[in-house]
Amino acid sequence: MLGKTADGLFWMFRYLERNENTARLLDAGFRIALTRAAAAENEWASVLTTVGVKQAFQEKYERMETAHVIDFLLRDSSNPSSVMSMIQSARHNARLLRTALTRELWSATNECWLTLRELLARRVRERELPFVLSTIQQQNALLGGTLHGTMMRNDIFNFARLGTFLERADNTARILDVKYYLLLPSVSLVGSSLDNVQWETILRSVSAQRSYHRLHKGEVRPREIANFLMLDLRMPRSLAFCYSKIVDNLTHLAKVYEVRQPSFDQAETVYVRLTDRSIEEVFESGLHEFIQDFIRDNNALGRQIEKDYRFYG
Amino acid sequence: MNFDEMFGTGETRRESYRDYHQWFESQDAAWLHRKSDEAETVFRRIGITFSVYGEEEASERLIPFDVVPRIISSREWSRLVRGIRQRVQAMNAFLHDVYHRQEILRAGRIPVELIAENDAFLPQMIGVSPPGNVYTHVVGVDIVRTGENEFYVLEDNARTPSGVSYMLENREIMLQMFPELFAQINVQAVGNYPKNLRRSLGNCVPRSCEGMPVIAVLTPGMYNSAYFEHAFLAGQMGAELVEGHDLRVVDGRVAMRTTQGYAPVDVIYRRVDDEYLDPLNFNPQSLLGVPGIFDVYRAGRVTIANAPGTGIADDKAIYSYMPDIIEFYTGEKALLNNVQTWRCSEPDALRYVLDHLSELVVKEVHGSGGHGMLVGPTSSNEELVAFRNKLETSPGKYIAQPTLSLSTTPILTKNGLDPRHVDLRVFVLVSPEEIHMTPGGLTRVALNKGSLVVNSSQGGGTKDTWVLEE
Repeated sequence: MLGKTADGLFWMFRYLERNENTARLLDAGFRIALTRAAAAENEWASVLTTVGVKQAFQEKYERMETAHVIDFLLRDSSNPSSVMSMIQSARHNARLLRTALTRELWSATNECWLTLRELLARRVRERELPFVLSTIQQQNALLGGTLHGTMMRNDIFNFARLGTFLERADNTARILDVKYYLLLPSVSLVGSSLDNVQWETILRSVSAQRSYHRLHKGEVRPREIANFLMLDLRMPRSLAFCYSKIVDNLTHLAKVYEVRQPSFDQAETVYVRLTDRSIEEVFESGLHEFIQDFIRDNNALGRQIEKDYRFYG
Repeated sequence: MNFDEMFGTGETRRESYRDYHQWFESQDAAWLHRKSDEAETVFRRIGITFSVYGEEEASERLIPFDVVPRIISSREWSRLVRGIRQRVQAMNAFLHDVYHRQEILRAGRIPVELIAENDAFLPQMIGVSPPGNVYTHVVGVDIVRTGENEFYVLEDNARTPSGVSYMLENREIMLQMFPELFAQINVQAVGNYPKNLRRSLGNCVPRSCEGMPVIAVLTPGMYNSAYFEHAFLAGQMGAELVEGHDLRVVDGRVAMRTTQGYAPVDVIYRRVDDEYLDPLNFNPQSLLGVPGIFDVYRAGRVTIANAPGTGIADDKAIYSYMPDIIEFYTGEKALLNNVQTWRCSEPDALRYVLDHLSELVVKEVHGSGGHGMLVGPTSSNEELVAFRNKLETSPGKYIAQPTLSLSTTPILTKNGLDPRHVDLRVFVLVSPEEIHMTPGGLTRVALNKGSLVVNSSQGGGTKDTWVLEE
């Protein structure tokens, strides 16, 4: 398989994953903006920080108005992380590596692009937002289903999955990075209604409300939320889950290529760190440091994979 | 009188269209139009597009598709096959000769300047013998028809002919849209083309190849107008789709950068022009090529398909000598007609062309895509004057041909069937084992009524092309 193809796949699936995450964050933020107008600006600021585009946004707009944030995150072509820019890039990659994709997966990608292009051709009004976001999610689900239903489980699949899980881990970690202070036990407002809303928002932004409540019978506790998002191997957007998948895929690559690359060891180190301790121990040694180390190591792993598998000349 | 392939020169339906026409007559017109729209949606979804340089996403255009097939009887087809086979054989013999002993020049059958002063002649190829002595692994022969028994070769495309993916996708869509038609009418299959291409290329491996040949399709990249086709063929053949920067010369062989290091390639089906192959040996400005690839080629350690320098065989000035070339190498008269051609470099011919400009088609010797071309009968006075000036200033750049009355086949319009002019590109695969033609091809149709220009950049569309079983 060509290094260029691995590169294209890896990033194609990072872009698609990022889109899904942006749609979720928008959904969670919009909920706050609707129900607690006073908290809206703050919430949008943290959404923009999580996506990593706050500075770019502020260069363009003075205030964190809901309509501007929606437009910037969904369809602004000057924002490389906007949903439209991302699907554009994902499809660009898909065109480049068409030969590696099944016909079905290519069609699903192309159709996703065609659908979003039409959907986002004009400014999205607030009352249309829920529909637009659910369409983005649906299109992504179609792509995910097509990937699973039609693609061979070979190195091509591995690079696609590595892209997905690296991006997803990054996204969950960024949410935690922006909101970690809400999860600290020292926060005195525990149990206040503001916290409850904030905690629900965190769960909502990783689509984990229902699963969490099912597990904890409706009791919302910051420690449990942190555990759920970081260490719970059953939760498909948790850091530990993402790393178990990353290690799986690197293991498969090591097996078929018959060589264990440095990225394998790096991923395993992170995985061990996510599975050999309890959430109490994480809190004791410092939640924020833990998350920041994680983000740094996750980025380093991405760079190492690019090197190990010769993405570039 | 214009020849229509469905109705001949009168009102009688021709035999090869009988079953189709019967079926057509019994269909509801609105339903056919719905099918036609549906086909377009499918093409868009699959992304069968050609890109236009310089623009962004909007630049991916669809080539209009007409749902009425163009039908060729098996008798007509076998006649074409014999003629094209003879022509392609002669073409390869000619290429070997001009790059070796040049007997045809010594015999005075074609003028030396025609080769020596031709940009398409690659001196670097002198004395090089490609594996299996095949120069043109893939040829696209453009055929036009003017009557019941009159077929002409309009052009031989021996460099990097494109369009085969449309042949395959057009059939695919017809099978999807009208499955019952194929149950009623026995149409020869075209779907084996990628498999045949792979086999044909695999039969031309260099000596250095061990085991299963590794084939790569070399594309200029995704902004090339035929990128879809490059990706399509690579995918169908199970070959890698590479760009110049994925390749490098390693240990005297051409190798591609894979996730496991550099891996040797045996056959490169290149869809880039000669001058972009190797910046060391050809165009030093090119960023597209692979430095040193030509040295590996000369050492017989990689196959490049088509061979560099094949352009000398499909040049429009050489074209006029094709009947002589065929006779010289095969000892037979050409089975297919050449269109009469005036070489404007010759004073007598130039005089004739200038006197009859409004009746002729004038083409640039090195032009393609229907650009830089004059269609006398449909041109304005200003255009004629402008071309007259061009011809007088640099006559050597042009050839002229009579305006052929191209055959028509009907397309589906709001008012039912309506005739439009068509041509046909036949795809030929050449290996030491055989010369193979896929029964079918790409029919291009001038969608504007009366127009003779079938190029997709100028209002042309395509049709599925059926060759009937015997």
